[in-house]
Amino acid sequence: MGRWALVMVPGLVPGRPGSGRGAHKPACHGQNAFTTPPLTRKRKAAAATLVDNKPRTAATKAFVALSPAATRTSPSGHSSRKKHKPADQNLDSDSTSATPRNFSVPVRAKSSSPDLNTPASTSMESDEDFMSVGSSPDDFLDTQGSDVESLGEDFGDDFDGGFSKDKDIIATKRKPYEVEFNVLSPGDIERQQNLQINEVSSILGLPPESSAILLRYGRWNREKLIESYMDHPETTLEEAGLGTNFEGTPKTEVIPGFVCDICCEDGDDLETYAMRCGHRFCVDCYRHYLRQKIRGEGEAARIECPGDSCNMIVDSKSLGLLVTDDLKERYHALLTRTYVDDKDNLKWCPAPNCEYAVDCPIKQRDLRRVVPTVQCDCKHYFCFGCTLNDHQPAPCTLVKMWLKKCEDDSETANWISANTKECPRCHSTIEKNGGCNHMTCRKCKHEFCWMCMGLWSEHGTSWYNCNRFEEKSGSEARTAQARSRASLERYLHYYNRYANHEQSAKLDKDLYLKTEKKMTSLQSQSGLSWIEVQFLDTASQALQQCRQTLKWTYAFAYYLSRNNLTEIFEDNQKDLEMAVESLSEMFEKPVPELANLKVDILDKTAYCNKRRVILLSDTAENLKNGEWTFNVDW
Amino acid sequence: MGSQKRIAKELAELVESPPEGILVKLADESNLYTWHIYMDGPEGSPYYNGKFLLNLTLPTEYPFKPPTVSFKTKIYHPNVTNDDKGSMCLGMLRADEWKPSSRIQAVLQFARQLLAEPMPDDAVEGRIAEQYKNDRKRYEEVAKEWTRKYAVDS
Repeated sequence: MGRWALVMVPGLVPGRPGSGRGAHKPACHGQNAFTTPPLTRKRKAAAATLVDNKPRTAATKAFVALSPAATRTSPSGHSSRKKHKPADQNLDSDSTSATPRNFSVPVRAKSSSPDLNTPASTSMESDEDFMSVGSSPDDFLDTQGSDVESLGEDFGDDFDGGFSKDKDIIATKRKPYEVEFNVLSPGDIERQQNLQINEVSSILGLPPESSAILLRYGRWNREKLIESYMDHPETTLEEAGLGTNFEGTPKTEVIPGFVCDICCEDGDDLETYAMRCGHRFCVDCYRHYLRQKIRGEGEAARIECPGDSCNMIVDSKSLGLLVTDDLKERYHALLTRTYVDDKDNLKWCPAPNCEYAVDCPIKQRDLRRVVPTVQCDCKHYFCFGCTLNDHQPAPCTLVKMWLKKCEDDSETANWISANTKECPRCHSTIEKNGGCNHMTCRKCKHEFCWMCMGLWSEHGTSWYNCNRFEEKSGSEARTAQARSRASLERYLHYYNRYANHEQSAKLDKDLYLKTEKKMTSLQSQSGLSWIEVQFLDTASQALQQCRQTLKWTYAFAYYLSRNNLTEIFEDNQKDLEMAVESLSEMFEKPVPELANLKVDILDKTAYCNKRRVILLSDTAENLKNGEWTFNVDW
Repeated sequence: MGSQKRIAKELAELVESPPEGILVKLADESNLYTWHIYMDGPEGSPYYNGKFLLNLTLPTEYPFKPPTVSFKTKIYHPNVTNDDKGSMCLGMLRADEWKPSSRIQAVLQFARQLLAEPMPDDAVEGRIAEQYKNDRKRYEEVAKEWTRKYAVDS
């Protein structure tokens, strides 16, 4: 205190900084202090620029402070494993009372039919033909045979064009938090497209390449498209860019006396092409045009005739006549892309370089009630709703809110919490970076004591010694401050745990990369076989997954209102966390000990997975039934 | 590629029978790809009596890629940027709207039409567009003033 006093005396004289037009700056006599503006991005910027890296250090400190705590929990969790066991079992039986509830819920009797396209596979060859080079007119007539009568029954059942005809053969047991989905390879996608094109082609009696254009125009909504075509065939064809003339098969021709409108070349041997719209250009220009569209602009589904203001779409058959194979390939890849983009039940796997798409019936409007995590064949887990990494149990909207909040606030909030107080009168945030305890808020001119937050005037003559902790004004101010800080602290509580799991998952992942080495050395040291050391791999994967889940439980919990359900949730969260930490602990043991720990690690891995299933099932059930109450609207 | 032939043909047509109020010249006789366009302000518009110089640049990929048009004479117009570039935003000149068989003549006529009837919904100068919609009188005054100042030979 004495030190403060010394610094302060000279400051007393110019004490009242009435000159502060820079309003936000509160003054501490003697030295400058500054207020960080209200909790916004601006503040983040201000804090970052004015006190250079302080926020970061503070955040790091907070983080460092937390991690030992985290590690500390694990030994205790480990050593007292026996002690915990009964508790665990209690909770288990607690949740087993919940478990049957969870699992008895009727699982929708849809199997994710793995061979979705089997019915199609026989007719495939001809489909391929239709798409690429185009079939002969005879083929086309054949398919036309399967007439309009079949329309009703054909379209009664599978709306989404998913062709899951065998959906009720087996009812796979799905856990409450799992959703039905199907992974499609590029080939599957193309087959699915072709199947639909051929069906529509035979129903409407149009050539497949035209049906393809029609379907793309109608964004693959077959029912609506057929209806619209039946009601106004000509308008629909015009709008889709097809034209109504289907006579003759376009082919390249040499026409004497022809002058190409694009390059102005003439010549008697000039090869030319025109689609059914009749706009004729030389084949060179046509090719150049198509190449530029496909390669240059990445366009495929809506390439129009090169003719000025002609909106006829270049069909796959015409394209097949004109361009080289590599371009054709690119064209079909682009078409597949638009197919997946157009269909709500399909999404590309977001993993880098992954070519698969996932078919899932969850609609945008369902996302309030489910968190549709799917796993691609490339092993990547992602959310079908928002394509972010798996974020169960938190629903997409909350995840977005949380991420936004963290992006805006977390570093700043950490720093504010560690370094500032609020003016007891106007609640401006104030940083005191030295000087005395006699604070005058630059904004509202309130004078208070930094130590007790009480009115400075009540300090009387004992200016430099804040020994009046029980003063009324001080305690009131402290209560108010505590309230406003509580919400910040609450956020930080969840954020730090969220960030901790994220960080730990990363560390575990590093460890996982070393696992293989470990496994090899374990093999040689212990005489275990390759298969026998796989338990480390399993354990590592379980750790990753459980930490991912734990991480999002904290974001989820941040938005939950407190009630009985929240308590059950927190118990589940605690159990999973404890299990994960103790597994993590075991996992770090030196190689020679690992072989002896095998049974323990296997047990713990199974236990972690089980706790995760219980937590996720419980959360998903409540979400589905709208049981959770949240402290935000979303 | 046939681009030179096509350009030469279009140029010849435009020089021989120029559209109303439009005069076309090569900026440099040895270069087919840069044109000077002299455009008369259309009657009934605040640009009337003004003579505007425009630059038309053809890409080497022409006619598969669209030409670009810019005003060299300063002009107060919602669809022309109010800077030294004088860039013009024409729907038909967007890469995905442009067709290889579209003609420069159509572009020029369209540009002149735009002087008569600005399209405030596709504006590049939001403030001028706003004024055009809400305070037509003031817009016309300023446009006339600018025309007098920059586009009329004194």
